[in-house]
Amino acid sequence: MSHSPMKAGLSRRQFVQAGGALLFAAECPITFANKANAVGGSAMMNSFVRIDPSNVITMLANHSEFGNGAYTVMTMMLAEELDVDYRAIQIEAAPTAPDYYSPLFREYLTAGSVTTGSTWLPMRTAGAKARAMLIEAAAQVWGVPQAELSTEAGEVHHSATGQRAPYGQLLESIHRLKIMPPDTVSLKDPSDFKVLGKPAKRHEGAAKVDGSAQFGIDLKLPGMLHGAIARPPVHGGRVVSFDATGALKMPGVVKVKAISAGVVVLAKSYWQAQKARGELAITWDRGDNDGVSSEQFYSEYRALAEQPGMLAEDIGDALGALSEAGRVIESVYEMPLLAHATLEPMNCIAQVSGDACTIWSGTQYQSNDQEVISRFLGIPQENVTVHRPLMGGSFGRRSSKKADFTVEAVEAAMGENVPVKIIWSREEDIRSGHYRPLFVHKMRGSLDASGMPDAWHQVAVGQSLMQGSKHDPAYMVRGIDIYSLDGCLQEPFGVFPYGTSYQIPHHRVESHNAPRIGIVPQEWRSVGHTHTGIAYECFLDELADAGEIDPLELRLRLTKDHARMNRVLRVLREKSQWDEPLTAGRGRGMAARIYSVSPVAQAVEVSVAENGDFTIDRVVCVLDCGFAVNPLGVEGQVEGGIAFGLGGAAFGNIDIVNGEVQQSNFHDYPVIRMSQMPKVEVHILPSDEPPTGVGEQATAPIAPAVANALFNATGQRVRRFPLSSQGFNLV
Amino acid sequence: MKLIVNGAEVDIASDGDTPLLWVLRDELDLVGTKYGCGMAQCGACTVHLAGQPIRSCITPVSAAAGKAVETIEGQAAGADLTAVQRAWLETDVAQCGYCQSGQIMVATALLKENPAPTDEQIDTAMAGNVCRCGTYPRIRKAVHLAAKLIATEAAV
Repeated sequence: MSHSPMKAGLSRRQFVQAGGALLFAAECPITFANKANAVGGSAMMNSFVRIDPSNVITMLANHSEFGNGAYTVMTMMLAEELDVDYRAIQIEAAPTAPDYYSPLFREYLTAGSVTTGSTWLPMRTAGAKARAMLIEAAAQVWGVPQAELSTEAGEVHHSATGQRAPYGQLLESIHRLKIMPPDTVSLKDPSDFKVLGKPAKRHEGAAKVDGSAQFGIDLKLPGMLHGAIARPPVHGGRVVSFDATGALKMPGVVKVKAISAGVVVLAKSYWQAQKARGELAITWDRGDNDGVSSEQFYSEYRALAEQPGMLAEDIGDALGALSEAGRVIESVYEMPLLAHATLEPMNCIAQVSGDACTIWSGTQYQSNDQEVISRFLGIPQENVTVHRPLMGGSFGRRSSKKADFTVEAVEAAMGENVPVKIIWSREEDIRSGHYRPLFVHKMRGSLDASGMPDAWHQVAVGQSLMQGSKHDPAYMVRGIDIYSLDGCLQEPFGVFPYGTSYQIPHHRVESHNAPRIGIVPQEWRSVGHTHTGIAYECFLDELADAGEIDPLELRLRLTKDHARMNRVLRVLREKSQWDEPLTAGRGRGMAARIYSVSPVAQAVEVSVAENGDFTIDRVVCVLDCGFAVNPLGVEGQVEGGIAFGLGGAAFGNIDIVNGEVQQSNFHDYPVIRMSQMPKVEVHILPSDEPPTGVGEQATAPIAPAVANALFNATGQRVRRFPLSSQGFNLV
Repeated sequence: MKLIVNGAEVDIASDGDTPLLWVLRDELDLVGTKYGCGMAQCGACTVHLAGQPIRSCITPVSAAAGKAVETIEGQAAGADLTAVQRAWLETDVAQCGYCQSGQIMVATALLKENPAPTDEQIDTAMAGNVCRCGTYPRIRKAVHLAAKLIATEAAV
């Protein structure tokens, strides 16, 4: 890791006066436009750090906290360089302004497991620059050289004279002496880290054990109305007419009106709104999706997979090699629609006043919410204010490009003079959500004389996440959605600098964007890997079996030129005792993926009963996430990522019949429960590389690793998911 | 109608068929108890009614009339967290945290009945509580730690 003095990672800021706090910038002289701030005012040291005279340090957080640990790692980074206790840093959600956009996405977006990596330099630099200004102020005030000063626990010290000053006491001097943030600043050498790299408990952990943590669903505003929406039975359906006579007679009901999403009942309380919704009589236009079904998608996608797709990669001559091969192995893998089922269902509070709109929304994507609302209302984007509370899970759902649960609350609030809060019931969440798209992958492969994979031909069919969105073409290449093939390509593709870690001599991958009917596709924790991981890793397992090569040995050979993955696999072999035999009825399988730069591999042991009931006895996960900023957080994300992927693989299935989603709640859309949760052993490889992601990584390999273990135990391949649809029930 | 919520008697204006969950959240502003499914499938709404863990999303408030209701807000005495809450913090259980009120209420009831549960007993007692973040391994660990804390503190 390089720790030479670096150029500022932060862009220079305009001098702004806002909210009673004095914000000042690197290049602007400090002025005293507001006298109140000149004496005892708090100071924005830079865009991310505010210090007040009583030494309260506030971080403006430009990433969302939905369980991912963003608030913990970001305060740790700041605390390390500023020499304060990370737990004492107050957090304020940063406003939806370009200053706070992710340097990676150029939007206000928390996604892709890149928060730690993309804030690693900015947050540390913010802390180091603030510290440099405090040191400079103390040096001038005390008339001592800066080199003699040190900082600790929120104070500047001069050991020779015993002088010390809490940071808050130096603010007045910073203003008076017109001290500017330095252009460059040295960051700490990792050998000096006191916080980073050490296990750290969740920043907002205390509020999450005493019920005081505020999620969006918990917020209450004066005069607020509660709304429940009756949604069409079919995705894309519309209200033709409705009779609200019964609903309007129900207690607490204030208004019933049609909006784009359906018919909304506004009432004094949520229960009153929900109950009255049951009294509505609605005539629906079932729309274009009436009659579509998951089975129809599977059969159409299978047919498409037989046709040449858009060519993403053609290394060597896969078609020639396959046509000359003595034996061609062929398989089709089918993965269903999946709901996110965040435990806090979607909700949003909106207030529309004149040409301004304010929302209170648990969101991963607030610059997009702002854009969509501004377009919808025809008001300037800066007139849309987003307040972001904590979120009860997200897993991609709250990054909706359509801002569906946000803009509908705005529509419901239009014409009301009070804030309106919409809460989705669990049934709405399961039936009317956005989903991980259904995918079919057609695979063909052949072996060389030694039994190693020689040719690989893959055709992926499924709805594109990005096609037609504002990310088209940035996240597409020649019409191909790079997420549809995530981790399937040997060469860099579009903005993805990485693909698979495997090298197969003849490698051809094609893609079809399935027609955009039925549902709105949405990122689901680990995104493309949720299906590409299954297709690639299970089929690789099939080739290993056909060539009579141990699947881990095969991957070691295929990754001999990929040092990081090869190391992960070598450690996995050792830590999982891969080469030790298992007893009858048990099986072992593995899979390895690279998600957002981090290589991760898992070995799974299962026990399978005669009737297909199975337990997962053990999951060993080896992860190279670069420098592990918070090992305790990493372990939690790995366990959680495995639980999430496992539930989807074991029994996750949104099944559409005649246009209607058949599932409705946790009884028919089951999720992992405690007794099904396997023992997880996490091995984080030591690394001096910059940190990469951990939030979605562990989700990527778990489904194929379990399926491969079931094959190892029973000789039966699962090629249609979930596992429960093929007689394998996780108990 | 009157309820005794976290030791205090309160008058309730909501209709008797309103689920206790929504009375707590919308009328009494005790929003630590969470809505997750509305049909006793996820456990996020767990509170104690007359000492027993119940799903407040399917319990009409009329069924709680005159009885003691304990919610997550009533667990700690000021800054003094209960052993279960301290074990949760020590184990760094929470991720998104949304299910944790319900998890803590069930674990608290379990440890009153069974001061030293095995893994299997924990799994059984907590089978009705969903955590989408997958904090189950740490919940299990935290329940064991809480059992230990309670036993140690009782011995002092």
